[in-house]
Amino acid sequence: MNETYSKKVMEHFRNPRNMGEIKDADGVGTVGNPVCGDLMAIYIKVENNRIKDIKFKTFGCAAAIATSSMITELAKGKTLEEAEKITRDDVANELEGLPPIKMHCSNLAADALREAIKDYKKKNKK
Amino acid sequence: MDYAATTPVDKEVIDEMIPYFNEIYGNASSIHSFGRDAFNAIEHAREQVANIINAGSDEVIFTSGGTESDNLAIKGVAYLNKKKRNTKGNHIITSAIEHPAVLETCKYLEKQGFNVVYLPVDEYGLINPDDLIEAISKDTFLITIMFANNEIGTIEPIEEIGNIAREHDVLFHTDAVQAVGKVPIDVNKFNIDLLSISSHKIYGPKGVGALYIREDVKLQPIVHGGGHEKGLRSSTYNTPGIVGLGKACELGKKRMKKDVIHLKNLRDTLIKNVLEIEESYLNGHPEKRLVNNAHFRFTAIEGESLNLMLDDKGIAASTGSACSSKKLQASHVLLAIGLDPVEAHGSLRLTLGRWNTPKDITYVADVLPEIVENLRKMSPLWNR
Repeated sequence: MNETYSKKVMEHFRNPRNMGEIKDADGVGTVGNPVCGDLMAIYIKVENNRIKDIKFKTFGCAAAIATSSMITELAKGKTLEEAEKITRDDVANELEGLPPIKMHCSNLAADALREAIKDYKKKNKK
Repeated sequence: MDYAATTPVDKEVIDEMIPYFNEIYGNASSIHSFGRDAFNAIEHAREQVANIINAGSDEVIFTSGGTESDNLAIKGVAYLNKKKRNTKGNHIITSAIEHPAVLETCKYLEKQGFNVVYLPVDEYGLINPDDLIEAISKDTFLITIMFANNEIGTIEPIEEIGNIAREHDVLFHTDAVQAVGKVPIDVNKFNIDLLSISSHKIYGPKGVGALYIREDVKLQPIVHGGGHEKGLRSSTYNTPGIVGLGKACELGKKRMKKDVIHLKNLRDTLIKNVLEIEESYLNGHPEKRLVNNAHFRFTAIEGESLNLMLDDKGIAASTGSACSSKKLQASHVLLAIGLDPVEAHGSLRLTLGRWNTPKDITYVADVLPEIVENLRKMSPLWNR
């Protein structure tokens, strides 16, 4: 791995935000594939259509951990509609860039969040 | 603890090299005294390199490193063989766990019409000599199998392989880049015809290596030019580099016994300590492994993040995880020994060197369990 990570990525890697599990989560999204080396799980608690709490668990490289951490930070407190609109570029930009071969990690993070929201909606038959 | 990746240049080697930058700087091929002095230094280095593998000094040529030596050995024999249509066929046998310098060269030759067999290895990374015997055909003209694997440290049954090659009249090349200086090597006893050496793996400078070529073995060069090294490898001699490699080999031979005891003790202590971590496993053979190599896998965590956290604690290591590679593929060596990709991702290679101390081992043993625990807390694959 010769591509250097930005300071922001390393920050989130060393001090991930919202790491953990929500046992009674309202929605859970799991994406990725351990065969490729990435697996992310996002847990959300929803109240009044807002993401009241959000946590993540990740198996993967520094970029995977950093993007998961960042997306929980971006999504916390947002409405479901706002959260659904968060893109991989939002994540990558907030992290001040990712090496090109790691961009797929930011994709995964955005997908995991959407899956969690989808799961919530399914459970609540909205 | 990443000495398998590279080593610092020994101070004695640096001291030996310095005069050759701007005092004895002549082109070693020049006929004047400036050149002759450089030439003599190169011939001395040649002897030093030959000594560490018990070869004749006229059987050693200098290259830019292990990769070039591998390329020259394999392509050199292959191209010459292709030219001499009446001798052997076009069949090469290698192993599935070679360094890319060998594997990619073989894949390239396949595109040129050669037939290559990649022998499988067992769960420890060992070649089965019976598989080799079975694979040899009347068309086989070259066997290339590494002396010891750079990732998991497994040492191959080289003497047996050499005997088999000799019995079947097939040339035997071995990439000994990781083994030189750590394992006693005798090219005659082991029936080795070609052997690759890399300077920067044995406390010499980067950018220089050597290829041992048994005196009756013929090759085509892959670098053409002024005809240096009996026409086999043209290029103005990198005198300081070559002098450095020579000195590194001399020191390597002198210190091998001591180095081996020192490294084995450290390595064994390290392995014992690390395996106390829950769901940790050693990759490679427990005994037939390089004295400095400790390669592990840990369930449910990923190698790049593990390495970066170790780096934050001042520990340098490496991994076979896909995320850490440019091609985003898990190590071919780990897959070849039967690990599934998830297991391969959780791998850690720690390789020791001359200047590691028991304190280093204690430090790693203190720091690693906590890092593994933290990563497992974060991992959706760990359910404790």
